[in-house]
Amino acid sequence: MAVLTIRDALNQALREELIRDENVFIMGEEVAEYDGAYKVTRGLWKEFGDKRVVDTPITELGFTGLGVGAAMAGLRPVIEFMTFNFSILASDQIINHAAKMLYMSGGEFKVPIVFRGPNGSAYQVSSQHSQALEAMYANFPGLKVVMPSTAADAKGLLKSSIRDDNPVIFMEQERMYGMKSEVPEDEDFTIPLGVADVKREGTDCTIVARSMTVPMALEAAEKVQKEFDVSVEVIDPRTIKPLDIDTIIASIMKTNRLVIAEESHSFASVGAEIAYQVMDHAFDHLDAPIKRVSTVEAPMPYAKNLEAAALPSVDKIIAAVKEVCYL
Amino acid sequence: MPKLSPTMEEGQIARWVINEGDAFAANDTLAEVDTDKATMEMTALSGGTLLKILKPAGDTAALGEAIAIIGQKGEDISALIDEVSKNGSSRSAEEKPKAVAEPEPSAGGKAAEPAEEVRKEVPAQASQSKAATDSGNGRMIVSPIAARMAADNGIDLRTIAGSGPNGRIIKRDIEEALAGGGAKKDATAAKAFTASTIVGASAFSDEPTSKMRQVIATRLAESIGPIPTFYLTVEIEMDNVLATRKQMNATLGDDAKISVNDIIVKAAAMALLRHPFVNASYQDKVIRFYEQADIGIAVAIDEGLITPVVRGANLKGLAEISAEIRDLAAKAKAKKLQPEEYTGATFSISNLGMMGIKEFTAVINPPEAAIIAVGATTPTPVVRDGEVTVRNIMHVTMSCDHRVVDGATGAKFLQTFKQALETPAMMLL
Repeated sequence: MAVLTIRDALNQALREELIRDENVFIMGEEVAEYDGAYKVTRGLWKEFGDKRVVDTPITELGFTGLGVGAAMAGLRPVIEFMTFNFSILASDQIINHAAKMLYMSGGEFKVPIVFRGPNGSAYQVSSQHSQALEAMYANFPGLKVVMPSTAADAKGLLKSSIRDDNPVIFMEQERMYGMKSEVPEDEDFTIPLGVADVKREGTDCTIVARSMTVPMALEAAEKVQKEFDVSVEVIDPRTIKPLDIDTIIASIMKTNRLVIAEESHSFASVGAEIAYQVMDHAFDHLDAPIKRVSTVEAPMPYAKNLEAAALPSVDKIIAAVKEVCYL
Repeated sequence: MPKLSPTMEEGQIARWVINEGDAFAANDTLAEVDTDKATMEMTALSGGTLLKILKPAGDTAALGEAIAIIGQKGEDISALIDEVSKNGSSRSAEEKPKAVAEPEPSAGGKAAEPAEEVRKEVPAQASQSKAATDSGNGRMIVSPIAARMAADNGIDLRTIAGSGPNGRIIKRDIEEALAGGGAKKDATAAKAFTASTIVGASAFSDEPTSKMRQVIATRLAESIGPIPTFYLTVEIEMDNVLATRKQMNATLGDDAKISVNDIIVKAAAMALLRHPFVNASYQDKVIRFYEQADIGIAVAIDEGLITPVVRGANLKGLAEISAEIRDLAAKAKAKKLQPEEYTGATFSISNLGMMGIKEFTAVINPPEAAIIAVGATTPTPVVRDGEVTVRNIMHVTMSCDHRVVDGATGAKFLQTFKQALETPAMMLL
C-alpha cells in the first residue's frame, strides 16, 4: 500500500473517476488552471482539459445550479466549494433543488452530484471561514453527508460518493489535507457509504469522533490508557447520513459509556442526534450521562489562543472520558 | 414512636424496612429503631400501606411523636401532613383510626436533616451499615446499566452505597458488590490501613451518634465528670523491638537513630487505623471518625507541657517519623511551634519511661478519645514455657473516653498495639 496525504488520496480518487466515467466533471473556483485553492485538483486540468475540469466565476449559487441541472441531464458533476462556508450562498440550490428533485419529480430525475471542499476550522481564518456545517446539511432528507478522517477513507468514500446516484455533501478538513496514511492502490477500491469504522478497539469507554476529532480521540485514547488504564474504543461514523448507529450501539453495549467529539457547535449538532439515538436504543446499557466535546457556542475568534480555546482538544476529550468513567 | 423498651423516652430510626407505598400485614416489621437498650423491630399492629415517612433513618422521635402516616393506598393524607407540619395538638391524631401520625413538637417547618448513614450498636462490638443512596426525596439514583445488573443478580440496591455524583449507584458499585459477595462493608475493614499520599490534618467522617452511645455517654459523664475515663494496662515484651532497633541503628548515622518511642508511635498509628473507635472523637450528636492517625507526642518544656503532632503517622516510615519528632521536639523546646503543629491530634502518647516511671496514667487531651501512658522498659523475670526467664517488659496504660471507647474496644486496640511491638515485622504489612 502507498502512503499518501489526504490531499493526494482525494486527487487520486478524482483522477480515477474522471478516467472511469466520461460523465464525471469537476467545477469550481480555481479548480482548473490554479490546480485548486488547496491543490486537491492538481494536474487534473492539464490531463483532462477544459471540458472536464471547469473554472467558474465567484458565483456559488450560479455554478451550483449549473451543476444540479447537469446532473439532472445525466452528467456526474463534482462541485468544489473553496470552503463549505461559501456553500451557504448556494444552499438554496443544494437544499431546495438537489435534495428535493428525485422526490418532487416522482422519481423522474436523479441528481448524482458531489459537493466537496474543506469544512470546519483552518488556521486563524476567523468567524466566517471556520464553520463546521454538517448538522445543517444532515438535517435535510435527500442529502448524504460524508466526512472522512484518513487518506484511505477519503479516497474510498469519494469514489463511492461520485458513483452514488444521490447528492452527496463530501466534507474535508483543511487542517487534515497533509495527514498521511496507507491507501490501497487498487483502482476499484471503494468504501460503501453508511458504514462506520472502529478506529481503535477498547472496552471501557466509546468515543464517537469524525473528521478532525478522530486523530484527537485516538491520541486521547492512548493517553488515557497509559495514565488511567482505561481502554477507549474510537468509532468514526465516516458517513454522517446515513448514520451507522448499529456500530455505535454495539460499542456502547460493551463499554456503557460514550463521549462524542465534534468540531461543530454543540447546539442541535450531529453529536446531539447521536446522543439521542444512543439513548433511544441503548438506554439500559448506559452507566453515565453521555458527554459531548464540541466547539464553544460563540463565533470563532481570530486570536490564536482564543481559537484554540474554542475548538475541541485532546485535553478536553480526556476530561470528558474521565467524567463518564467516574475517574 | 412506640415504646419499645421499658425505659426509653425517645427512639432513633435505624432503618425503614419497607418503603413508602409498600403494603404490609399485621406483625410485619416496619422499621428498626435504636432505643436506649438495643435495636428493636417496630412491628405493625394491623395491616395497611405506608403512605409517608415523616422520620427518615437517622432521625430521632420522642415517644408518641409521629414518625409516619399509614392508611389505605391512594388515600388523601394532605390534611394529616398539614396537621403534622402545623404542630397542632398532638393527641388529636389518635382519634383518626387510620393514622399513627402525631405532630412533631419542634417541627416548625424545619426540614428533616438528611441522615443517609445509620450506625447500629451492639454491645461490645461495633458494626456499621450503610443505608440506601437516595436523592433526599426518597428516590434512588442509579445508572441504567447498574439498575439492570442489580436486577439480573438479585442485588438489593438499598444495600449499595453509590460512588457516582450525588451518590449515583454506577456499574462499578455493582461490580464491587458482586466481587465482594455482598454489598455491606464491614466498618473495620473499610477503615483499615490504607496508604494515601495526602498528609495534612486528618479528614474525617461524622456519623450520627446512636441512641445507645448517647445513653452511655450521658450516664457515664454524670458518674465521673465531663470525660468518663477508664484505664487499661498492658504488659509488652520489648525484646524484639530493642533487637530490631539495634539492627536498624547499626546502619544509620548518629543524627538519624530510631528511638523506641518512634517505634511506639508507628505501632500506635497502625493500631489506630485498625480500630476506628479509638481514632475518633465524641461530638455529642455525631462520632467523628478520623481517616488518618495524627499522633500528639507529649513533650516536657520549661513552662510545662506541649504535644506536637505527627500528621498521618500511619502513612509514614520510621525514618520520617523519627526525623519529624526530633524536629518538633526541638521546635517545642525553642518555643517555635506553630499552632497547627500542636493542635488537632487524633490520639496522644505520653512517655515517661526515660524518667524511670514504671507505669502511670495520663489525662485525655479532648476531644481525643484516648491517650497512652508509656512506662520504662525494664528487665523483668517472667515465666515462659514454665521457666523463669528475663525479658524487657514495658507497661502501657491507656486512658479511654468511655463515651466512645468501650472496655473491649480499648482492649482490642491494645492487643493490636502489643502484637505490633512484640512482632515488629507486622509493621511492614
